Amino acid sequence: MRRLLLPPIGALLLCSTVTAQTIAFTGAKVIPVSGPEIESGTLIVREGTIVAVGATGSVTIPAGAERVDLTGRTIMPGLVDSHSHIGEAAGADSSNPIQPEVRVMDAVNVRDAGIQKAQAGGITTVNIMPGSGHLLSGQTIYLKLRDGNSIDDLMIRLPDGRVAGGLKMANGTNPRRAAPFPGTRAKAAALIREQFVKAQEYREKMRRGDPSKRPDRDLAMEALAEVLEGKRVVHHHTHRHDDILTVLRLAKEFGFRVVLQHVSEGWRVAREIAAAGAPASIIMIDSPGGKLETRHLSYTTGKVLDDAGVLVGFHTDDGITDSRLFLRSAALAVRAGMSRAKALEAMTISNARMLELDHRVGTLAPGKDADFIILSGDPLSVYTHVLETWVEGRKVFDRDDPKDRLYAVGGYGASRDQVLHLDCIGEGDAR
Amino acid sequence: MKHSILVLLLLTPAAASAQPAAPIAVKAGTIHTMTGPPIRNGVVLVRDGKIEGVGASLAVPAGYRVIEARTVTPGLIDAHTVVGLAGYLNQPHDQDQVERTEAMQPELRAIDAYNPREELVSWIRGFGVTTIHTGHAPAALMSGQTMIVKTRGNSVEEAMLRPEAMIAVALGEAGLGEDNKAPGTRPKEIAMLRGELVKAQEYSRKSASAKDDGKPSRDLGLEMLARVVRGELPLLVTADRARDILAALRVAKEFDIRIILDSASEAYLVVDQIKAAGIPVILHPTMSRSYGDRENLSFETAATLRRAGIPVALQSGFEGYVPKTRVVLFEAAVAAANGLTPAEALATVTIDAARILGIADRVGSIEAGKDADLALFDGDPFEYTTHVTHVLIDGVIVSDQVR
Repeated sequence: MRRLLLPPIGALLLCSTVTAQTIAFTGAKVIPVSGPEIESGTLIVREGTIVAVGATGSVTIPAGAERVDLTGRTIMPGLVDSHSHIGEAAGADSSNPIQPEVRVMDAVNVRDAGIQKAQAGGITTVNIMPGSGHLLSGQTIYLKLRDGNSIDDLMIRLPDGRVAGGLKMANGTNPRRAAPFPGTRAKAAALIREQFVKAQEYREKMRRGDPSKRPDRDLAMEALAEVLEGKRVVHHHTHRHDDILTVLRLAKEFGFRVVLQHVSEGWRVAREIAAAGAPASIIMIDSPGGKLETRHLSYTTGKVLDDAGVLVGFHTDDGITDSRLFLRSAALAVRAGMSRAKALEAMTISNARMLELDHRVGTLAPGKDADFIILSGDPLSVYTHVLETWVEGRKVFDRDDPKDRLYAVGGYGASRDQVLHLDCIGEGDAR
Repeated sequence: MKHSILVLLLLTPAAASAQPAAPIAVKAGTIHTMTGPPIRNGVVLVRDGKIEGVGASLAVPAGYRVIEARTVTPGLIDAHTVVGLAGYLNQPHDQDQVERTEAMQPELRAIDAYNPREELVSWIRGFGVTTIHTGHAPAALMSGQTMIVKTRGNSVEEAMLRPEAMIAVALGEAGLGEDNKAPGTRPKEIAMLRGELVKAQEYSRKSASAKDDGKPSRDLGLEMLARVVRGELPLLVTADRARDILAALRVAKEFDIRIILDSASEAYLVVDQIKAAGIPVILHPTMSRSYGDRENLSFETAATLRRAGIPVALQSGFEGYVPKTRVVLFEAAVAAANGLTPAEALATVTIDAARILGIADRVGSIEAGKDADLALFDGDPFEYTTHVTHVLIDGVIVSDQVR
């Protein structure tokens, strides 16, 4: 585990007094997501990790801990967004419909106002993806929304040293264009199958004992081989019921793990999705249509899929919906019949499972990263604001700070690149 | 309510047909009349399409169908949309909100393009929207006319409140021509607009000539703009950047015409000038995407304008993609969480919208004699988890799906 989740060295030194401090947040309503809501609870955080969480009185506050009274507030886990395009995300170009070698990592601008706005919306972990205009538009990246100076400061290193992320694929009408892009659904599936067959062969040859008999390294095949080996999850844009089933068919044929993304007509094939064991990350849109494939979009998809036993999450697809209003997705799903508990899981731990980060984020439990948000009221109320967002024990958004507030409510300059201001160091140091 | 939203799309506007309806008494925990403080535990009596009475101590006469609700508001008004001209499929055949052969086409009538059976019309109706100011989009310098309709009826005639409401003008990025067509810059937009208004002044003057040979031959576009320069019709001027807003005020003053500012995302920078000009604002949707000319929009602008005494209404706006329309109920809700009181936010989609649109004699409040357009809720209308339970237009229940 080299460089696991470490902040940049400079920031670490400057912020060390903050991170070493034990902080006890007391008196808030605590929604741990991992268990029942606690009317008056205490959350204890030390060195970026949650030390304890429980009802006030049942948790011992260590001597010397800084105490923060949050009576009247609500604390819940930082939100996990399983599909976003913040950070000026970009992936494949128009030369080819299948480009697994392209990494969104090489595009992300951490100063993009969208990242600051996501922090203002309470998002602490995000899957940034390239777009859906390709059958395969590249490698996605999972970020912790730390205040950072470079993409390296925000990325998540896996135990094997790789950068955490998935692979973005799409079917339906978005990737349909003039050749070499597919002109029909069947052609789309054939092009993808062709590449995965090639990747199967590449993988076999790379396993040969004699290195001289292995093929030359191929970046595209390497990424697809990771998918075949289960080391990289496919995040698959898909709307129409038959397109969803095509995704499941291909995933079964090649044995890759897939998260269904958007699934506007998922309510029509809930049993099939559940039987395949595929999780579904849903977009909540105010009205149906805007494109043919979303004409049957329904607010009830979350409920229907959850009832069928599917692991359900929500996502912003930012800029399609605004990261600052992400909690709205859960609330509208509850309006359409989904349980409160499941809807809140869908914003946190369920998305964390889809990103395979559930051991680190998504609930308030001892040992997990201290990623949490402080709310002015109930998470499902329109009147509630995110007051503070904390990532790994550091405050990255504070609504009382005028610079942060600009991103939270908008105003002149709110959509331009941020001037970096890490809360624990002066602006001059960060620039 | 399990699958009500799924089912909704399968329903047609047949529910909105205009038969004479039985009288209805709506009993509610809270009635937001918009004419005074909310009435607690009151009744709204509806008869012959009109509100017969409202109050806390009204008896329900025999023969009235009783409907109960936690909260009643006037039917919501969407102060600016393109729904009905723009369809939800977003395919060429259902997009009639902009025609791009000419930069200025004030002769294009909204009534000739409106589809009352469009799914988006029934979608927003299900969320309590009973009146819409709809028409040509802010996507050309002068894209055409707008109109005001109820979200019911099998024809535009049945839906009609005002067939010719305003002429839509767009400044800034939205007004620029495509493919190098004029206007290519902001000053060119204003020069073309002023040139056309000068022509309209001439046309109007000559048309009023006593001598037949002095009258110009009929011109459908100038005929409409002549009504603008005579002060009979307002221009609906979409302008987001502060400089575009000021350009609009400049033109309004020069020609002494009525304008209504639309979108106006940087209005907070020029509050004093808007206030001094006495011009109302139909503000962008609160949740509109912040990019391009709207990159500096703020969730709090409705509150800023309201505090300054500027009349403000909210709108669903014009969306080119997903979602194909917004819902003003939700836009007002977010405004209520960002500086407006809930009562003020409700006014932006009821009585204040009605006043700005000039239809407050018919809709926008719950008062005896007004159209019986009502939205019924099972809680605070703005809470995400509250449902719309019934919608009435002209005394007819047009939606009883729980939404």
